Amino acid sequence: MTPDLIYGAAGLAVFGIGLWGAIALQDRMRRLLGLKLCSVGAGFVLIVGAWREPPAAPDPMPHALVITGIVVMLSATAAALALIRRLHDLEDADDRP
Amino acid sequence: MTAIISMVLIGAGTLFFLAGTIGLLRFPDLHCQLHALTKADGLGLTLIGLGAALLAGSAGDVARIALICAFAALSGATCGHLIARHARRGNSEARDV
Amino acid sequence: MSDALLLFDLLLALAVVAIAAAALLVRDAFAMIVLFVVFGLLSALAWVRLAAPDVALAEAAIGTGLTGALLLKTLHHLRARGMAGWQPGAVAQRPVPRAVAWLNAGLALAVMAGLGVAILGSPLRVTGLEIAVAEAMPLSGVENPVTAVLLNFRAYDTLMEVVVLLSAVIVVWQIERGAGPAPAPSLGPVWQGFARLTLPAAALVGVYVLWAGAEAPGGAFQGGAMLAAIGLMMLLTGLYRPHPDHRGLARLLFVLGTVAFAATALLVAGGGRASFEYPPSYAKTLILLIEALVTISIAVTLTALFHGREPVALKGDLRHDP
Repeated sequence: MTPDLIYGAAGLAVFGIGLWGAIALQDRMRRLLGLKLCSVGAGFVLIVGAWREPPAAPDPMPHALVITGIVVMLSATAAALALIRRLHDLEDADDRP
Repeated sequence: MTAIISMVLIGAGTLFFLAGTIGLLRFPDLHCQLHALTKADGLGLTLIGLGAALLAGSAGDVARIALICAFAALSGATCGHLIARHARRGNSEARDV
Repeated sequence: MSDALLLFDLLLALAVVAIAAAALLVRDAFAMIVLFVVFGLLSALAWVRLAAPDVALAEAAIGTGLTGALLLKTLHHLRARGMAGWQPGAVAQRPVPRAVAWLNAGLALAVMAGLGVAILGSPLRVTGLEIAVAEAMPLSGVENPVTAVLLNFRAYDTLMEVVVLLSAVIVVWQIERGAGPAPAPSLGPVWQGFARLTLPAAALVGVYVLWAGAEAPGGAFQGGAMLAAIGLMMLLTGLYRPHPDHRGLARLLFVLGTVAFAATALLVAGGGRASFEYPPSYAKTLILLIEALVTISIAVTLTALFHGREPVALKGDLRHDP
């Protein structure tokens, strides 16, 4: 039992939960949250891959990749939330007699 | 000696966090829960900060810990106020915190 | 001692997974966002345990803090515009056939299992690129290997990342073009006092994190996120109100980082080198210069993403309200 195995399993589970949420739930915000969970799960897996038994330093390459991923995910989230707000406004207008 | 004192301080701080969490789970309404949480957490974090400051290597570290405690107390108090304010206005958004 | 830490790792991993599931399953949308923020902060803690403090900072500041603020802002918007059309209860609006629900769960499980097999099949803890990075570090101009990878060895990726952020703000402005103004939340006098006290400190921390990124955990993205927090506070307290006349300056600040980054690459390339092969003696100056300008762009872009809609004059022709 080492930290990388523990968190690797956790990352896999988070990815799986997020994927399920993204395909199985109907509420738009929850679907988006599911995708976000997928990205964090992938981050876990990459960071676990970079981990080395101390005192060895970890591989900085995957770390840089995950930071890039976090920023890209934020951009995607912002765009998706704008779509959700817009769709909601349009549906709201349709409902009104 | 220093190590023992700081252990005692950190242990006491943890107890306060525990008490705050029990209050959050056991108290009946939002205002009681906030009461338990904000007080216990403020004291708990300060005690843990004191314990950590005793173990810190340099004056710079002590200053950083003091700043962290000060800002955590400030934002904790503000958050508590905002949640209570929201709840008093009859908005359901804060009820499940 | 290491057993106690392993126990901590186990508990933390369990909490991360449980809170991830709870965030998707909880009924109330506000509770969903709060649980998501807790999940992000615990993940950041786990990444500290995995010796990735740079990533943990980025996840806490950008992946959790700013994403949480964006989610809350959207929820506020949805709830202010009539509760009828959208409600958390609408999770099961249209009943899904049981077979489809099981199929979904089965597919997710299958993908997860495939990933697990792939990870377990790949050799863990073998040397990756860290030797190559360590050997090139003296030439990079900085001491933090993650910053060296981001701004020097793999600067192409980071340039593209800044472009992605730029396109996000373009997309958001286009999507919400013609939408009515967002309802402004009112947070009261205590919040105003809090913002006044913390604004200067937040500015200091943001710049410090950017500067420290050269040799310690931190950097342009983490520092930019903290400066963006200032922008959020200024928007929420009403200290700054976006005005249509400010759009020119805003656009300039959005592209500042990208332009500086690309211009440096072209200048370096003009000197007969590969595009991101900085001359070692100037490397630190160039990296810090790029980082500083990129930080400004990131902070302004993130603030604009939080504000959402482009600040246009409302009597324009582009409105197509019913």
